[in-house]
Amino acid sequence: MGNYFQPEIETASREEILAIQNEKIVRQIKHVYENVKYYRDLMDEKGVKPEDIKGVEDIHKLPFLSKADLREAYPYGLLGTDLKNCVRIQSTSGTTGKRVVAFYTQHDIDLWEECCARAIVAVGGTKEDVVQVCYGYGLFTGGAGLHGGSHKVGCLTLPMSSGNTDRQIQFMMDLQSTILCCTPSYAAYIGETLAEMGYKPGDNKLKAGIFGAEPWTEEMRQSIQKSLGIKAYDIYGLTEISGPGVAFECEAQNGMHINEDHFYVEVIDPETGEVLPEGSKGELVFTALDKEAFPMIRYRTRDICVLSREKCSCGRTHVKMTKPMGRSDDMLIIRGVNVFPSQIETVLLKEGYTPNYQIELDRINNSDTFEIKVEMAPEQFSDIVSINQAKEKKLEQAMRTMLGIGPKVRLVPPKTIARSEGKAVRVIDHRKLHD
Amino acid sequence: MAIQQISVFVENKQGKLVETVKALAENGINIRAMSIADTKDFGILRMITSDNAKTQEVLSEDTVVNTTDVIAVKMGDYPGALYKVIDILAKADINIEYMYAFTASEALGAYVVFRVDDVAHAQKLMDENGMESLDNKDLF
Ligand SMILES: [Zn+2]
Repeated sequence: MGNYFQPEIETASREEILAIQNEKIVRQIKHVYENVKYYRDLMDEKGVKPEDIKGVEDIHKLPFLSKADLREAYPYGLLGTDLKNCVRIQSTSGTTGKRVVAFYTQHDIDLWEECCARAIVAVGGTKEDVVQVCYGYGLFTGGAGLHGGSHKVGCLTLPMSSGNTDRQIQFMMDLQSTILCCTPSYAAYIGETLAEMGYKPGDNKLKAGIFGAEPWTEEMRQSIQKSLGIKAYDIYGLTEISGPGVAFECEAQNGMHINEDHFYVEVIDPETGEVLPEGSKGELVFTALDKEAFPMIRYRTRDICVLSREKCSCGRTHVKMTKPMGRSDDMLIIRGVNVFPSQIETVLLKEGYTPNYQIELDRINNSDTFEIKVEMAPEQFSDIVSINQAKEKKLEQAMRTMLGIGPKVRLVPPKTIARSEGKAVRVIDHRKLHD
Repeated sequence: MAIQQISVFVENKQGKLVETVKALAENGINIRAMSIADTKDFGILRMITSDNAKTQEVLSEDTVVNTTDVIAVKMGDYPGALYKVIDILAKADINIEYMYAFTASEALGAYVVFRVDDVAHAQKLMDENGMESLDNKDLF
């Protein structure tokens, strides 16, 4: 059993959580229908009235929101309250199209920071801790979220922001930081730099790290844990929903608890929009149950995950989500099975290959052919034919286990996979030509 | 003394083999012996060259290359010469992965390259049985 920031709610029974959600959703849909014209129009179009929503079991009747809606409604179209009630704006660094600009009332900031506080306590944070926040500060939610959470817990907070690694390390050592918050790639970089400077993993006072805002693998977790001598935890969130802390990892380190008292989660089939039973792999959809200023309803994240209600050793009762396995935009359907390029990448890294690969799909006699070309490193090459073939077979087996469908694997020499503008072309789908 | 063989992973695509051989020619490397193993998807080009270090350098730029020790045994010009060698190896439980024949030079005569799982042991047996085999220095 672990420590909790808000024990009553974090360990509440399923019935208690459902009761909270049912009460909040009725109020929230009424609030949104009355205040957000954009969403009211969507509801009217679908013929759904606020009275039709009597609890979370009715959520599936509501229309989805997506990134396209955010662009359409930019900047004020999805605002749920008067601007004078808002106290903060955060924004994504989105490079394509318009940025997401999210608004917060003080209530929204408080609930967001509480979620981050839960994450910090879950990794062992107390008033005694020194929390070094090297996520970027500013419009990006990373710095602000963990900073606020750290305050709520009462930790001594070092608002470092990102970059300037020499200074990060000097503060880390001189002020004895115990919890590190940053992107996993920056944590790995700090670890490497410490080693280069001659420090051993035990020389720092860090005990835990909260790493998010980008995809990372289990292998990366192991290597960060080793190089920094800490436990590394994942955190999930998105600006549209609030920021980091929508879900966070506990001591079990095998999935992130979603803060279900604030965020209602669904998993849908990205093709049809149909809600899938729990335990299915699909696209995550969130509904903010009690946010005032930017109340997203059924927001499609495009992240592909699996949810689990298996009892967790930490004592928390909130549902757990896996790390996102990919983006729904990248999903391929091969012989009726959903396949994500990121799953293929995971297998390759685990089996000791570089993530340089190319998927080639075709349709022959009405059946999909599925081949993966994998670039081989010199040390993997043997002058004996059967050894190379055995390597291909082993990869095929590992792919079948991960994907639930068996590809043909072909090893190819390095740098043979076509690149366009420096980026490898991952998927060649000839099937489209036949359709 | 075993000799070194260079193996190159070649994609089964038109022109790939030509590219490799051309690169060696342009760098003044003499291919003393070679064999190609072919599957549907890829080929492995195995060579003994006049300058293995340089071959490795020239080819490793954009392909996969590795170096393995093999033994090259002189073949007498009489029936059963090859069998004699294979029999010695078999009796010692040494596995032959593959083999190929070549003429080292007019003066040196015919040789067979054996890729075995225990090179040191195989070489020792050849020496003990008075079988002549090539040394790296014989070739360069
Ligand atoms: Zn847990």
